Amino acid sequence: MNKSLTEKILERAVGKAVSPGDVIEIDVDIVAFHDLTGYHVIEVLEKATGSNTKIHNIDSLVVAFDHLVPPPDVRSAEIQQSIRSFARRNALRNFHDVGYGILHQVLLERYVLPGQVVMAADSHTTTSGALGAFAQGLGASDIAAIVLTGKTWVIVPHPFKIKLVGSLRKWITGKEVALEILRVFKADYFNGMSIEVFTEDPKTFPMDFRATVANMGIEMNADALMFIPDAETIDYVKNERGFEPKLIAPDSNARYVDEYTIELDKVEFLVSAPHSVDNVKSVRDVWGTEVDYVFIGSCTNGRVSDFEIAAKIMKGKKVKARCIAIPASWNVFKRCMELGYIQTLVEAGCIVTYGTCGPCIGGHFGIAAPNETVVSTSNRNFIGRMGSPQAKIYLAGPAIAATAAVTGRIVEPGELA
Amino acid sequence: MIVEGRVIKLGDKIDTDVIIPAKHLKSTDPEYLAQHVFEPIDPEFYKKAKGAIIIAGKVFGMGSSREQAAIAIKAAGVRAIVAESFARIFYRNAINNGLPVIICPGISKEVNEGAWLKIDIESGEVTINNTKKIMCKPVTGMALKILEAGGLLEYLKNLRGV
Repeated sequence: MNKSLTEKILERAVGKAVSPGDVIEIDVDIVAFHDLTGYHVIEVLEKATGSNTKIHNIDSLVVAFDHLVPPPDVRSAEIQQSIRSFARRNALRNFHDVGYGILHQVLLERYVLPGQVVMAADSHTTTSGALGAFAQGLGASDIAAIVLTGKTWVIVPHPFKIKLVGSLRKWITGKEVALEILRVFKADYFNGMSIEVFTEDPKTFPMDFRATVANMGIEMNADALMFIPDAETIDYVKNERGFEPKLIAPDSNARYVDEYTIELDKVEFLVSAPHSVDNVKSVRDVWGTEVDYVFIGSCTNGRVSDFEIAAKIMKGKKVKARCIAIPASWNVFKRCMELGYIQTLVEAGCIVTYGTCGPCIGGHFGIAAPNETVVSTSNRNFIGRMGSPQAKIYLAGPAIAATAAVTGRIVEPGELA
Repeated sequence: MIVEGRVIKLGDKIDTDVIIPAKHLKSTDPEYLAQHVFEPIDPEFYKKAKGAIIIAGKVFGMGSSREQAAIAIKAAGVRAIVAESFARIFYRNAINNGLPVIICPGISKEVNEGAWLKIDIESGEVTINNTKKIMCKPVTGMALKILEAGGLLEYLKNLRGV
């Protein structure tokens, strides 16, 4: 056999052999939504079934509030109230209210396993590909259909192989690797493809970095992005949930449309300059750009290793650009507190909370003003994404963001003596 | 299914935050959303959208899963979108809401702003200014079944016999 991981997962989900380009109906292992898409999903469910919604499988449905957390206005509070009432009416078991975590982080910490099919009403569902799941975002109507039937249709994507060899230099992370892929291929190349990432040495690319790269699979417009499960995957699931997951692997002679190797030693500090994620530049090319506002967090870079880097850089310093820091979940926040990272960021002058998407979507908890320059560790710098359409957003990894917070400029951390 | 209209041209990588910013996502009301469609780049867009066909470049609708992006464009009166390529989620959202979307590599070069377009959804044939004909990719498979039912909700109701 010569099947990729994509084909292996989808063959199990459809119960027959598949090839790239096939339109198939598959069983979905995990279906999920958050507050801002959830109320829309429920509206569609009620239009389809009246008040008689029968959820196909309660155990496969995961809900976490994150976009309107904590609710910034009455309408947001009302949206959450309506979903809470849906959760109670239907006796949902996997419901996480305000104060738990961003959906994609919650899925990694508690639910997703290698080889599963994960569909959620949010584009960054690709994050679950870090564990070797086939994970896609969908709109509210498609998700409502899965809640009712347990199934959806997909076009089997063409698999593309990326190999990671060597090891990253100090403070270069998964974010720089994601930006390197976007620098080389641009945002439209992977449309219709699934990216399968092979790490030569599992230890050189920890789960946090994998989550960042998989998260940005949607920015590459890939149908899915998956890391081939390995020893790091086993360790992560064992540590988080106390058991060893079963692994799934592509065949050794699996066929790919093409492949590309990234030499990790050569990856440098990169940013996405305004207003496009694939407008990738070396930090050297934007050196000294003055910064008004720094955001460290999100489903892209809101994990322990991100705050470890930020805290090491900010230790004993005061911020020059205003700084908002948001670990992706209560678990991440708690670990960062135990390790002293939260204290360091607060002493440096950052506002710190956890488990909200507010700033990243220009929703609340830190909106950018006209003509301000923002450095953000999140995933999108579209016009108006974080507030004013006149704001300029640079996407960066945690080291560049933390350095920008304490220097007020885009420079490399080596500048800090 | 035949769709006709006057062309509004847009570029590559039109994203969902530009189609409908996140601050408007606390509503699913089509009339409200229509008034804010393309607000960050052209706040008056909705005034010229009625009866139009959008011609766009690569990965139209990239970004978020917000179904309001497709709802807003349709409610503003746009009859179809023809693009070099679509972002996967937007494509499905459009079909699920009964908004025809046609994949047509090379279309940007062929069509000027204000041209009159006639599209045969099933065959993929596009006629420009009643003269030139080009072949695009027809809508097929599940997408065509859902579009013909008038959207995913109607398709689901038909399946369940509601």
